[in-house]
Amino acid sequence: MVTLTIDGKEVTVPQGTTILEAARSVDIKIPTLCYHDRMSPIGSCRMCVVEIEGFAHPMAACTTPVEDGIEVATISDRLTRIRQDSLKLILVNHPLDCPVCDKGGECLLQDLTYEFGIDQVEYSAAKVDRDSQYASPLIRYWPDRCIMCLRCVTACQEIKGIGAISVKGDGYGAQVVTVDADKCQSCGECLQVCPTGALTEDLSRYKGRTWLIERVPTTCTYCGCGCQLELNVQAGRVMAVTAQDGVGVNQGSLCVKGRFGYEFINSDERLTTPLIKKNGKFEEASWDEALTLVADKFSAIKAEHGPGAIGGLTSARCSNEENYLFQKFMRAAVGTNNVDHCARL
Amino acid sequence: MTNPIADVLISETVLVTGTNTTENHPIFANYLKEAVLKHGTKILVIDPRRIDLVDYAELYLQPKPGSDIAWINGLMHIIVKEGWAAQEYIDERCEGFAEFAENLKKFTPEYVSGVTGLNEDELYAAAKLYGQAAPASILYAMGITQHTSGTDNVKSLGNLAMLCGNMGIPGGGVNPLRGQNNVQGACDMGGLPNVYTGYQTVDNEDVRAKFAKAWGLETEALDAVPGLKLTEMFPAAAEGKIKAMYIMGENPLVSDPDLTHIEHCVEALDFFVVQDIFLTETAQKADVVLPGVSFAEKDGTFVNSERIVQRIRKALTIAGEAREDRDIIAQISTRMGYEMNYENAAAIMKEINEVTPSYGGITYDRLENGGLAWPCPDTDHPGTPILHVDKFARGKGLFFAIEHQPPAEECDKEYPFVLTTGRVLAHFHTGTMTRKGVGLNKVHPEIKAEINPEDAARLGVVADDLLTIASRRGSIEVKAMLSDRPAAGVVFVPFHFHEIAVNRLTNAALDPVAKIPEYKVCAVKVEKA
Repeated sequence: MVTLTIDGKEVTVPQGTTILEAARSVDIKIPTLCYHDRMSPIGSCRMCVVEIEGFAHPMAACTTPVEDGIEVATISDRLTRIRQDSLKLILVNHPLDCPVCDKGGECLLQDLTYEFGIDQVEYSAAKVDRDSQYASPLIRYWPDRCIMCLRCVTACQEIKGIGAISVKGDGYGAQVVTVDADKCQSCGECLQVCPTGALTEDLSRYKGRTWLIERVPTTCTYCGCGCQLELNVQAGRVMAVTAQDGVGVNQGSLCVKGRFGYEFINSDERLTTPLIKKNGKFEEASWDEALTLVADKFSAIKAEHGPGAIGGLTSARCSNEENYLFQKFMRAAVGTNNVDHCARL
Repeated sequence: MTNPIADVLISETVLVTGTNTTENHPIFANYLKEAVLKHGTKILVIDPRRIDLVDYAELYLQPKPGSDIAWINGLMHIIVKEGWAAQEYIDERCEGFAEFAENLKKFTPEYVSGVTGLNEDELYAAAKLYGQAAPASILYAMGITQHTSGTDNVKSLGNLAMLCGNMGIPGGGVNPLRGQNNVQGACDMGGLPNVYTGYQTVDNEDVRAKFAKAWGLETEALDAVPGLKLTEMFPAAAEGKIKAMYIMGENPLVSDPDLTHIEHCVEALDFFVVQDIFLTETAQKADVVLPGVSFAEKDGTFVNSERIVQRIRKALTIAGEAREDRDIIAQISTRMGYEMNYENAAAIMKEINEVTPSYGGITYDRLENGGLAWPCPDTDHPGTPILHVDKFARGKGLFFAIEHQPPAEECDKEYPFVLTTGRVLAHFHTGTMTRKGVGLNKVHPEIKAEINPEDAARLGVVADDLLTIASRRGSIEVKAMLSDRPAAGVVFVPFHFHEIAVNRLTNAALDPVAKIPEYKVCAVKVEKA
């Protein structure tokens, strides 16, 4: 174990811990932008700089390991100036188009700009035309908003083990490019970790502001992984699907179906009224009419042919509670064990 | 699954067979990649399709479709012969070993090689990779079960895990990946013809008495004889034994084997009710269609592959008169004279808690803090992430002596190709959900049949040419995708697309125990259309 002091507070952590992790372990907040819990430190943004007693230059807390006896300061006028300068340099590359950005309201860069009171940027650079082509048709890349934090590239490589995107060029001209579109699984991990609006979900662009969206935590309806996700709902429509870092088996990741397969919920093709077939054609019916018809027919068939003449298929799509009721209905109300579902299919 | 998904991070070897994990369980595949890239886990893929996970594998074997028992027994033959079996574990925790070991004797590498098409060196390397690892996990899915030998295939994997002492330990186990959000829950809740909730059998009088009491009935009112399985119900309809069917949230007219026959069976019904959120191909054949709601519009619970019960929550209300499925069921029941009245989903879970020992402690209050893995008998119980720890659920782990058996339909001169079916990444099951929007159709717009380039060249077929694929039961025309995923002589077609329904071709031959159809093997001919 290693003992150090951070802002006057003594901290003991295992060897190899970074200063950032050590600070977080005692609830000392160091501003970060490119750092993400699920990835190895990227060290691109310079927001997490700290001063270490005896060292002339500030160090990035996310990449610097602790050492026994060091004294670390996370707050100072000098650090604030460095962080402000870093932000200003980032903002050269980032238009303040927050009013038309889907990320507005929950953008890490917006929050930091506000926190550090950046009301003007003295630097400027000639506009570079950048390619907005992206690996997935479901995600839009806004190269002018991209701050080259490299979270997306790192996530594709480290979290998904894929590597469909990379960086081309350097300095001001650098941008994220697709290296292998065939490899891209459209999982949206890049979208999930993007701290700004440089990557946006292209199914819900301009459909809702983040502060008007209600996020309802639930379980994915596709495969049996049981991923925990949030339905982003506004005015009775699902606008997007997101996931919380660290929650459930998926820990914040999703796949293409979980993240983008929500359109069926608000589809115009949803059934909205009971239907009864009359002379080979469906006609809309009231619930009372439909339920009475079903109950009467089942009762008549049960009376004439016995309960075993009725079969029911419950559903792997439905909830436990519904499956419970369905089998209870077949067994208690109809009186047969002819109940099954598509476990085999 | 006997073990949690994250356990693969501590496995030394993971045997992946009959699961195309990156496409069908992408989040599980994340763990497998992480295990390989960060934790030194070795993956052994044994699968007739060269799935994407092979890129991360230490070793890949491509056996002939339908030869699973042969290669599993073949690996075990080598493991026993080389002295890699966990003899102490077997002696202490298992039974039936002598007969099982006797049966293994004939599964020599030479014999197995003939049946599976694998060479003897590959078999030895695979046996070593699994047999010498501690711990080692086995993952499988429908590639193992959807065979006429499906039950025996699974038992064989159980044998392999027990042989190497991998059951009941972290990082081990036999782990079936569940293909649907709540297929585990539908089974747990007694959505099966032979059991009530928690796998309490209908032919046990004590169980029937308990449920009769809970449901306000005389014990005699509950049927003591197991009912018909799904794959038996449709033929029973054609025979006039089943007169009416009530289907909730399923689309057998796309998902079942030999569709033409299923359509004929459904037409024979006197009365057919479908409850769904769309007018599916199945609903179109119904006499009455009842509109239910999706997972986004109701409270409840799903159970994932790991047996973890988790909440779903009502997020919105859809316009129209669609009703929650539980209300619809309760209404029909009440109108038939058996009253059902539940205030909400939590009230139903309370009843489930009372009648299901393994769910005794799974309450909505506790689920607010995250999921719970059953068995979870009481509200102080933390749940059970790993099954069969210290001893097997039945007491001793039972070895089965299992013979190889060929698929129901083997290739011949007229039908020389093997057809195997499954899913693709961007679509799900019969496509009723994933094909409704714009997004997923952009990623995967149309159905294609995977064919090996060697076969394609022989047939004079290039990418996107139309193929006619025909079995003894039907024929489809589908575009070709040249791919080295299937071996020469094998074609793969996904089943999500009702307009080109591959289940017109599949064989309804069933496993004798599980009654699961042999989707993974049928004989077809393939021609340029």
